[in-house]
Amino acid sequence: MSILVNKDSRIVVQGITGSQGTFHASQCLAYGTQVVAGVTPGKGGQTAVDGQVDVFNTVKEAVTKTGANVSLIFVPPPFAADAIMEAADSQIPLIICITEGIPALDMVKAYDYVQRKGVRLVGPNCPGVITPGEAKIGIMPGHIHMPGRVGVVSRSGTLTYEAVGQLTAQGIGQSTCVGIGGDPVIGSNFTDILKLFNEDPDTDGVIMIGEIGGTAEDVAAEWVRDNMKKPVVGFIAGQTAPKGKRMGHAGAIISGGQGTAADKMKIMEACGIHVVKSPADMGAKMKETLGL
Amino acid sequence: MKVHEYQAKQVLASYGVPVPRSEVCDNPEDAVKIADKLGGSVWVVKAQIHAGGRGKGGGVKLARSLDEVRKLAGEIIGMNLVTHQTGPEGKEVNKVLIEEGQNIEREFYFSILVDRATSTPIVMASTEGGMEIEEVAAENPDAILKVWADPAVGLTGFQARQLAFGLGLEGKSVNRAVKLMINCYNAFVGADATLLEINPLMLNAEGDVLALDAKMDLDDNALYRHKDIAAMRDLTEEDAKEIEASKHDLNYIALEGNVGCMVNGAGLAMATMDIIKLAGAQPANFLDVGGGATQERVEEAFKLILSDDNVKAVLINIFGGIVRCDMIARGVIEAAKSQHVSVPVVVRLEGTNAEEGLKLLEESGLGLVPVQGLAKAAEKVAEVVGG
Repeated sequence: MSILVNKDSRIVVQGITGSQGTFHASQCLAYGTQVVAGVTPGKGGQTAVDGQVDVFNTVKEAVTKTGANVSLIFVPPPFAADAIMEAADSQIPLIICITEGIPALDMVKAYDYVQRKGVRLVGPNCPGVITPGEAKIGIMPGHIHMPGRVGVVSRSGTLTYEAVGQLTAQGIGQSTCVGIGGDPVIGSNFTDILKLFNEDPDTDGVIMIGEIGGTAEDVAAEWVRDNMKKPVVGFIAGQTAPKGKRMGHAGAIISGGQGTAADKMKIMEACGIHVVKSPADMGAKMKETLGL
Repeated sequence: MKVHEYQAKQVLASYGVPVPRSEVCDNPEDAVKIADKLGGSVWVVKAQIHAGGRGKGGGVKLARSLDEVRKLAGEIIGMNLVTHQTGPEGKEVNKVLIEEGQNIEREFYFSILVDRATSTPIVMASTEGGMEIEEVAAENPDAILKVWADPAVGLTGFQARQLAFGLGLEGKSVNRAVKLMINCYNAFVGADATLLEINPLMLNAEGDVLALDAKMDLDDNALYRHKDIAAMRDLTEEDAKEIEASKHDLNYIALEGNVGCMVNGAGLAMATMDIIKLAGAQPANFLDVGGGATQERVEEAFKLILSDDNVKAVLINIFGGIVRCDMIARGVIEAAKSQHVSVPVVVRLEGTNAEEGLKLLEESGLGLVPVQGLAKAAEKVAEVVGG
C-alpha cells in the first residue's frame, strides 16, 4: 500500500559518516527502516551509527555486498551531484537526495546522467520519502505520520509536515509522502509522482503542495485533468510573494511574470483539482473530498 | 547573485565574447578621462544599477563631446533611477560605464538560462533586439528562436548556426555570431550563471557582432568555486536587513506589511504569509530560520524582525520535525529578554516537544501569546494588529 518505498526497501546512505548522515540514518533505523549500508570514500571497512551499519568506499561495493536498492544522499553540495551519478551508475533504481544548495548546472548534468541510466531520482533539496509504518527514507519526523490511503506530494519540507499533521489529526492516514524538492532542477516532478499514486491501488486521493516559480504545477494539473482517476487537493504557497525575489527555495521565484500562485491555482482549479486558498484547510478539504 | 553590466562584460570578455571598449567610474572627471582615452566622437554614458529598463528611465545617454560626457556623467551619478524593475522608490546610481559609441546596423536579443521544464540550458535569440523578451513572447512568440543544449555536449556549432541564420545574418557575420554564441555558452557554464541576457546583441556596419549590453545572474550555490565572481557582489544594491540575515544563514525578504513572521522552512514560511493575508493582515517579511535552526539563529531572526519599525506584531510559526519546539521557545525567550519587545508576539508551536515549548513560553512571563493551529494563529495576529 504505497509507492516508491516499502518495508522491503534496502537503503544505502551516502555520506553516512557526516553529522547529518549519521543522525538521520539513526532516525531512519529507529523508525524500522532497513538501512543496510553506508558509503563514505576513504572510510570503507569502518562502521557507522554505533556499529549498526557497515561503511563502504563506493556505492558499487555497497550494492554488491548488501543488495541495497534505494540510496539516500547527505553528501555536501560540492560533491552531491557526483554522489547522485555514482548511485545511478550502480543501477540503484531509486535515489533520494536530501542535500540543499547543489549548483544548478551540476544538477543539469546529474539529471541528464540519471535519465540516461534509466533510474529514478527524488530531490535534491527535499525531505525524502516515507511510507508510514514501513519505511522512512529522509529527514521528516516519523511520529506525525499514520499509515493510510492518502498520498502527499510537495516541493516543500515543513509544509508537507503541516499537511501530514492535519491529515493525521483528522484521522486520515497516508499511503506515501513524497518531497520532490525546492530546487529548479529536480529528479521527479509532480506529474511523475501523481502517475505512481494514480496506479497505486492503495491510494484513494492525493494532496499536492506546490509553490511559486516554474510551471511544473501547470503541467501536472493538465495531466490530472486528462488521466487522474482519484481526487487531488491542491495548495500553492507564495500567494503573497513579491515578484523577482527568491523565497528561500532556489526554485521559488516569480520571473518574467511567470509562475505566480494565482496563475497556478487558476489552472489547477480549471483542471478539476480541489484548490484550497488557506494552508490550514488541506486536511479538512481532503476529508470532505473523500466523503469521510 | 546579480552583477552590474560592466562586471558581466568583464566575465564575457574573459571568455572571448566581443564587447565594446569601455571603463567604469564614479565621477565626471574620470568619465572625461576615460572617454578621451577611448577616443572617437561618440560615447555612451550608462548608469550601473542592478535593474533593467535603465534606458527608458533616463540612465543611458549618448554624448557627442567630452563636455557632454562630463555633464551627463554628473547628472547620472547620484541620480535616483526609477525603472519598471526598481519599483517606484528607484535606485541611486553610484557608477557609470563610459563606452565607445557604435555604428549600429541591427539589434538582436540573445539569452541563455536553465529551462526548468526540460532541466537543460535553453539558448534563445530574436530579431526583436532591445525589446523586453516577455513582451515579444506575449505578442509574437514565433519571433523567438530556441535551441536546447545537450548538457553533456554543450551548445553545438550547428545549433548556433541555426540561430545565426534564423536571425538573418549573412557572410562573415554568421561565423562571428556562432563564435560569440558558443563563447557565451562557455561563459554561462564556466561562471555558473543562472541567466545570461544580451539585449541588444549588435551587428555593426563592419559586420562585427558584439554584446552591447549584458546581464548576468550567478548561482549563489556555486559562488564557493568562483571567488573572483563572488568578489563582484555590490552590497550597496542590496537591502541592509537581507545582508544582515544572510550573515546568519537566514532567508529574509522585507515586505510592506506590519506582521513580522518567523517560520521554519521556505514553503511553510510562504504559506504563513499567505494565511496572514487571508486573515486580513499583511506580512512584514518572509523569514525562514531553516530546517536546522539553532537557538542562536532564532535569536538573530527575532532581533531582525523587531528591527523593522513597521512591525506591529510578530507571528512565530514552527512545525518541529527535527527542530525541537522547546529549543525554539528558549531562543525566543532569550531574544525577548535581550530586546525591548513592545509588540505582541503570537507563537504557534507544533510537532516535536511542542507542549514543552508552549509551557516554557507561558512560564516566561514575557507576555508571549501561545496559540494552537495555523488558522487560529493567523486570526489571532490579525486581531492584535487590527485592534
